[in-house]
Amino acid sequence: MNSEVNETTPEVSQHYKEAFSFRRFTRTNSAQLGILGVFVTLWIIFIVSAPNTFLSPQIYSAFMSSIPFFAIMAIPLTIVVIAKEMDLSFPSIMGMGMVAFSFTYDATAFIGNTTIQVGLSIIAALLAGSIIGWINGIIIVKFGIPSLVVTIGTQFLWRGAVLVLTQGRNFTLDYIKQTIFYPMLVGKIGGYFPMQMVWLIVITVIFWVFLNRHKFGAHIYLTGDNINSAELMGINTGRTRIKAFMLIGLVSAFAGLLYSFYVAYFWPSLGDGYLLNTMASVFLGGTSVFGGTGTILGTFLGAFIIGAIEAATVAIGLTGFWTQLIYGLIIVLSVIMHTYLRKRGE
Amino acid sequence: MDYRLELRNVSKSFGEVQALENINFQLGQNEIVGLLGDNGAGKSTLIKIITGYYQPTSGEIYFNGQKVDHLTVPKARKMGVETVYQERALAELQTLWRNIFLGRELCNSMGFLDIQRMKDETHRLMTQSMGFTSHAISPDSRVGKYSGGEKQGVAIVRALFFDAEIIVLDEPTMGLSLKESAKLVNFVKGIKQAGKSAIFIDHNIFHVYNVADRVVVIDRGRVAGEFLTKSIGVSDLMDKMVHVAETGILD
Repeated sequence: MNSEVNETTPEVSQHYKEAFSFRRFTRTNSAQLGILGVFVTLWIIFIVSAPNTFLSPQIYSAFMSSIPFFAIMAIPLTIVVIAKEMDLSFPSIMGMGMVAFSFTYDATAFIGNTTIQVGLSIIAALLAGSIIGWINGIIIVKFGIPSLVVTIGTQFLWRGAVLVLTQGRNFTLDYIKQTIFYPMLVGKIGGYFPMQMVWLIVITVIFWVFLNRHKFGAHIYLTGDNINSAELMGINTGRTRIKAFMLIGLVSAFAGLLYSFYVAYFWPSLGDGYLLNTMASVFLGGTSVFGGTGTILGTFLGAFIIGAIEAATVAIGLTGFWTQLIYGLIIVLSVIMHTYLRKRGE
Repeated sequence: MDYRLELRNVSKSFGEVQALENINFQLGQNEIVGLLGDNGAGKSTLIKIITGYYQPTSGEIYFNGQKVDHLTVPKARKMGVETVYQERALAELQTLWRNIFLGRELCNSMGFLDIQRMKDETHRLMTQSMGFTSHAISPDSRVGKYSGGEKQGVAIVRALFFDAEIIVLDEPTMGLSLKESAKLVNFVKGIKQAGKSAIFIDHNIFHVYNVADRVVVIDRGRVAGEFLTKSIGVSDLMDKMVHVAETGILD
């Protein structure tokens, strides 16, 4: 096929290059520019109304240590939503990953080397997350049940499994602090820049590349856009979607590791409270619930908006009671903006 | 000489519903076969078996005399089957280049896309084969805002680009203007001249009669009859079609 292309196209020596047009650029990137606009506007409002807080580096260090815990899961969730699926079970997967971690740690006690034990336990946690994601995917694809319904079920199932397996106990993970993995996952570079932020950036870049420059990402967009067309043209939409669920499982387990390492403690409720923040980041970032459109960069910015609002409301001098109201306002207005931009872009 | 494509005793049922029953169908080398039949006769099911989208419940499929088991869409495409589907099979929120290369993106061994080459090829096809000159259409424009004829153009050019041996056209003139339909009929004649084979399904009996070497009539999941177009007049064919639709038998 490839040689055929070259034979019939001797005249394509010069590359096709469209003249840069500002209008076209803004239209094709309207969602990302829109959320960037919201991001910058809010930032300016924050700086103007609470300059002491928002001009000091400490607040950014704080944001960069707390936001990645859910932002990191919003990235693969974006891919799931672009494929026109949904996952509500990732907070429970965070918990199950840590259950696998602690069980593996206990079971490998005979090794007697904490670093090796923790290393194996990390692998076990990531593996558990991927397997749970795979199970979600299999149920959704093979039985043809909507993912929203399936993951409502598995969200309870895996949270229940966490509670049963740990007997609801919480326990310390102090031993991880002596291992190299502690500074690797949640240390601070130069005492300021948190490692979880580095991981967030790494995962964002990797997922951006896979979504935009790899066959997998192309198939994600096509599956979410029109699953029937994708299948007629020979795309294995089932496998593509299962992979997406495995990715969010893997990353959720990783997020669970990050958070548990950060506090050096395991709570059986690990992950509770991250569901809505994570989903809001995705939709705030302009990813459409109807599938086929969405960007990683949008989600990244969306997560930081979500993460900053709480601190900002307090810093501005409003009481904590205002937080949810402002959250809601920003989310609703942003989603309206995205819908408007999308209609105009078509 | 072997047939380009042959179906032997192919049946397909969906649960209780028998969509196709013991279909024997041949497509010769460099032959255009018209497939006629009323709504629900099983034309689209037959097409989707040939393109690997459906697996037959029983029966055998041969390409150039070679039996092929478990035909899938990628396998059929490798055999040189390209299809212009009735539903066009486009992803409307995506750009033109992604649609042209839908399902077989050009990429390296690691699966990373060669976007520049796909855009180059799309641009070339656009200007040379599709005759798109509108400024609204570029490799980076979204397919959803194209007109019906333009969308069909995308679906057809996509089938041609990949050096197809057998081109399947499922109701390609649906929703096209008169002028666009005429262009399409010429295009099917071009397939014949290029030495390739085609299966052409259309509601419009005149379109089919004009370009097909042979016409196969399907009714209620069976082959009701077949005619060489040179040995039957179009009005006779029309009478027979009406008769088949009413009674289920040819004469």
